[in-house]
Amino acid sequence: MAVVLLAFLVAPTVMIVIVSFWGATEYSIYPDFQFDNYEFLFGSPVTYTVFFNTLKYTFITWVLTLVIGFTVAYFLAFEVRSLKWQIALFLLCTIPFWTSNIIRMISWIPFLGRNGLANSTLMSWGVIDEPLEWLLFSDFSVILAFVHLYTLFMVVPIFNSMMRIDRSLIEAARDGGASAFQTLRHVIIPLCKPGIMIGTIFVTTLVMGDFITVRFMSGSQRANVGRLISNDISLLQYPSASATAVVLLITVLIVIGLLLRLVDIRKEL
Amino acid sequence: MGTEPDLELVKLTKRYGDTTAVDAISHRFKSGVYACLLGPSGCGKSSTLRMIAGHEDVSDGAIVLSGRDVSHLPPAKRGTAMMFQNYALFPHLSVRDNVAFSLRMAGVDKTERHRRADEMLELVEMTALSDRKPDQLSGGQQQRVALARALITRPQVLLLDEPLSALDPFLRIRMRAELKRLQRELGISFIHVTHGQDEALALADEIIVMNNAVIEQAGSAREVYNTPKTAFVARFMGGHNVLELPEGHIALRSDEMTVEAAGAGRIDGRVTGIEYQGTHVALTAEVVGGQEVTALLPDAAFLKTPKDLGEVIGLNWEDRVAHPVSA
Repeated sequence: MAVVLLAFLVAPTVMIVIVSFWGATEYSIYPDFQFDNYEFLFGSPVTYTVFFNTLKYTFITWVLTLVIGFTVAYFLAFEVRSLKWQIALFLLCTIPFWTSNIIRMISWIPFLGRNGLANSTLMSWGVIDEPLEWLLFSDFSVILAFVHLYTLFMVVPIFNSMMRIDRSLIEAARDGGASAFQTLRHVIIPLCKPGIMIGTIFVTTLVMGDFITVRFMSGSQRANVGRLISNDISLLQYPSASATAVVLLITVLIVIGLLLRLVDIRKEL
Repeated sequence: MGTEPDLELVKLTKRYGDTTAVDAISHRFKSGVYACLLGPSGCGKSSTLRMIAGHEDVSDGAIVLSGRDVSHLPPAKRGTAMMFQNYALFPHLSVRDNVAFSLRMAGVDKTERHRRADEMLELVEMTALSDRKPDQLSGGQQQRVALARALITRPQVLLLDEPLSALDPFLRIRMRAELKRLQRELGISFIHVTHGQDEALALADEIIVMNNAVIEQAGSAREVYNTPKTAFVARFMGGHNVLELPEGHIALRSDEMTVEAAGAGRIDGRVTGIEYQGTHVALTAEVVGGQEVTALLPDAAFLKTPKDLGEVIGLNWEDRVAHPVSA
């Protein structure tokens, strides 16, 4: 276990941190210890826009996956009475995961495109006259793909938390005069906190580290930090890419640190 | 009748698909009574309680509380409160917030609900632990909190679902004295579901014995124990022999049996077991038809004329102790 962690987590991270202090020219990189990469990164307005964009995607995706994920988990855990159906529906939720991320993502493109299914359907219903331009290659399509890809990461931990809630607690709440909404607010949501927190950490880290979804779904018209890094890499600017990666890593750790402040996961698990 | 806060079940029925869990039972609980629903598991006693509480739909019949049909009201509108078998305390709330839960749901403001919760906690002697979480409490303490939470709604009837089954035997006896004390002090009806006849005998003003979805017998503890109406009740209450004789089934309390010399009693039997129980000796004998009969003899009486395994003895009883029962 320790060896695996050392080889696949600690060593690469240390390597990235070291490289982030190296120097680079247009055609070469050389070992050094200088702050040029960081100075350039923090000096460029592009960095702030891109980081802001990344946090925006993360926040909106988090809100949507949480609402959808909680609803799906609630339905599975409390509305579906028989265990057989629960398992069947749960497996149904995982079926999309039998195909790769990229295929699931790309399959949106013909649907959302200018002459795609969505636009032509809406036009034939007479809802719109002109094709909607913002459906594809926009923030909308990026977030749609994120939500599609990552909602399950919210469903699973919340469903798990819900299944561990003793059903007599729900009855006890009803006995105490709680309405369905009050039961949700005062009993179910507080008891699902660990699941919500784990799902949040999954979604946050996945969205903040993503570059491929943003690239495909925005038609390379939007940027997030992942794309910044991948661009640097394609230009062989490894030191600059490493510096960006280090800043991103620290940002993610701060976000998770803040989340863990809110809920003590160790205590709740 | 009418304004008396009594509880009446009218042909109350619960069906799950094809099986009938509770079959048209009718009973009237007087107000301020400590009643025990007693029976083996699956007899319908829990379904009955849960229907009274409103946690189970009524398939047929009615539940009338203080002259008001409550069969289809939500649990909190019935004037009943339930204490759950595993207590069902909210693990994320402190003891005080658990007790104040129903007040919070009703929109009572914080100072008032804390004041009333503290009053309730005082009643069950839990004031010192009001800031703890349920998982920091022992079983007995959790039960007191559950009681306080149920009582804060000022119910006319408190429903207890096997409240003592999760406790160890020592605590069980202490808590049952506590339940009885509370019921006397509050003067409200308690309906207590249990499968333990000793618990029912110790607590209940009225015992309702259920079996196979119907009420077998209802009456005061002494009535049910001393004059069982059916063979099932006699066997389930314990301490009885049910004998099948040519003139019919009779129930005989084992401690009313006397042992004589062979041929001198009403019936002869061969001793198959002798068990010393401290104050008494339990003598088991096999009589005609392979039936087993137990005689509970004071240890002094047994030692005066000791018997051995395999010995043939005569068993005797007085007419007044033999109760004819239906099979």
